[in-house]
Amino acid sequence: MANFLKVENLCRFYDDVAAVQEISFEVGKGEFVALLGPSGCGKSTTLKMIAGLENPDSGTIEIEGQDVLGKAPGKRNLSMVFQSYALFPHLSVRENILFGLKARKVPKPERLKRLNSAVEMVGLGPHINKKPGQLSGGQSQRVALARSIVSNAPLCLMDEPLSNLDTKLRADMRTEIRSLQKQLGLTVIYVTHDQIEAMSMADKIILLNQGRIEQTAAPEEFYDKPLTTFVASFIGHPPMNLIPQKEFLLGVRPEHVQIVDVDTGSEISMVIQECDYQGSETIVTGEYMGTMIKVSMAGKCNIPSGESVNVRWEPGAVHRFKTEGGQRLEDNP
Amino acid sequence: MLLLPAMCLLVTFTHYPVVKTIARSFYGFGTKWESKATLDNYRYLLEDEVLMQVLYNSFLYAAITVPVSIVLAIAMALWVNGKMAGKGLLRTAYFTPTVLPMISVANIWLFFYSPEIGLLNKLLGVFGHGGVNWLGDPSVALYSLMAMTIWKEAGFFMIFYLAALQTIDQNLYDAAAIENAGKWTVFRRVTFPLLMPTTLFVLVNALLNAFKLVDHLFILTKGGPNNASNLLLYYIFENAFSFFDTAYASALTVLLLLVLVVLALLQFGVIEKRVHYR
Repeated sequence: MANFLKVENLCRFYDDVAAVQEISFEVGKGEFVALLGPSGCGKSTTLKMIAGLENPDSGTIEIEGQDVLGKAPGKRNLSMVFQSYALFPHLSVRENILFGLKARKVPKPERLKRLNSAVEMVGLGPHINKKPGQLSGGQSQRVALARSIVSNAPLCLMDEPLSNLDTKLRADMRTEIRSLQKQLGLTVIYVTHDQIEAMSMADKIILLNQGRIEQTAAPEEFYDKPLTTFVASFIGHPPMNLIPQKEFLLGVRPEHVQIVDVDTGSEISMVIQECDYQGSETIVTGEYMGTMIKVSMAGKCNIPSGESVNVRWEPGAVHRFKTEGGQRLEDNP
Repeated sequence: MLLLPAMCLLVTFTHYPVVKTIARSFYGFGTKWESKATLDNYRYLLEDEVLMQVLYNSFLYAAITVPVSIVLAIAMALWVNGKMAGKGLLRTAYFTPTVLPMISVANIWLFFYSPEIGLLNKLLGVFGHGGVNWLGDPSVALYSLMAMTIWKEAGFFMIFYLAALQTIDQNLYDAAAIENAGKWTVFRRVTFPLLMPTTLFVLVNALLNAFKLVDHLFILTKGGPNNASNLLLYYIFENAFSFFDTAYASALTVLLLLVLVVLALLQFGVIEKRVHYR
């Protein structure tokens, strides 16, 4: 089914300030879609409106062809994982996972079957009788996941589920969530401010800025063909260099810039400001045609500041944007 | 050494009176002291029919006012905690009875309860009812006192529940909503268990208050008619300062202390097991 979830012209205002403006997108069944954006861009609000925890001021939301606006959150056939996990502190892990099934009056044998398979899937076996207060962040996260799995809901909403975990655990959980999603055929809407999470997990990314969609595309396209300067400077680490030219903005990614020794006359020199060694690469910052740009060099590289070097890049690595508004210009004019 | 100032106060005003009370209950006769220990005062406890009446009253008083005011407090707190206009005003209204001293509360309710000019009977008169002798009828007097106590206590306890409600994470309610939990399920499985520590605290206070508060008896009924609304502490006061039987009052006090200790132990023992402390 192509349009498993369809959101159209969604708007939400808080005291006349628009949190979400005319957002429209479609999600296919089994797709993993990331809602990406800086904080305050309206991504969580969008998610809450899909969940039914908030009501939009205008627009429509359809799940499996049915208008769900006005339906209670519990009737929308979806599950949700919260940033704070939202585990009930007085209930054991087991009761937390079973909470929804009991509320929905699922018969006991079915309850136990689902509980056991979910617990096995997320590897919570030894902790089933503990209270949430006795669990680590990663374990709490697994309980929240298990709670969402047992509901058997085809749509799962995740609100920054990994932001309270440390870097290593975050990387592990990324793979785990992705494989769970594939295994169960879940449709996932995943809210995050972390581009790495979005790029590595999602089939499709929706990048939001100030309540509007900047670009909807697959991760590769975000990297290869950013539609606006906002996208260009949001995606990538470090983000794309934007160099003002006479009629347009020239964009080039730090990893596509090379520092060359020979002066062939066609290169323009850059004055080194600092070198930031990061292990596998070194981020070199310097002044180029009156703009600060970053260059990503493999390995260690230590050039004294103040020195001039020559830089070059392949013609194909160049992006061009309008000076006004920042829209992308045609690739090969 | 550093404990000395606190010790002095504690000994003077707490330990010494307790010891003296216990001693008096064994060695006293009337207001005088006897040279020999005797159980006479305690023996009289068993024979005292008024005491039985008073004890029955006290327990009934506690058994009704405590649960009713707690239930009302939770209900009011849930209501006031909701989103609605003018809730600040409503909170203040609920809290007002607590701010007032017991004596003034009793005076206000005296005005409600008076047989001839009382507000309640005036209202009943509108509907053609002859009126009830709220404080003079032995079968009604105690319940009239209870109604007033509940009115005063519920607002006070509401404040504690309100504070506890506001510490509950909104995300928990969101999670419950996603799981299709109805209002009652949410209350039974989420809100109420998370309020348990508050309930324990309120319960202890409510029970202690039920045995401690006597101010309103002075204004309203003085324990009458025919001891129908007499409570243990007021009975102690009567014995000590109206009948001047200090020794017997001491024995009664020991009884009261025992009752309170047993209640406290019961509460902490039984309920603590079921309370979830975060």
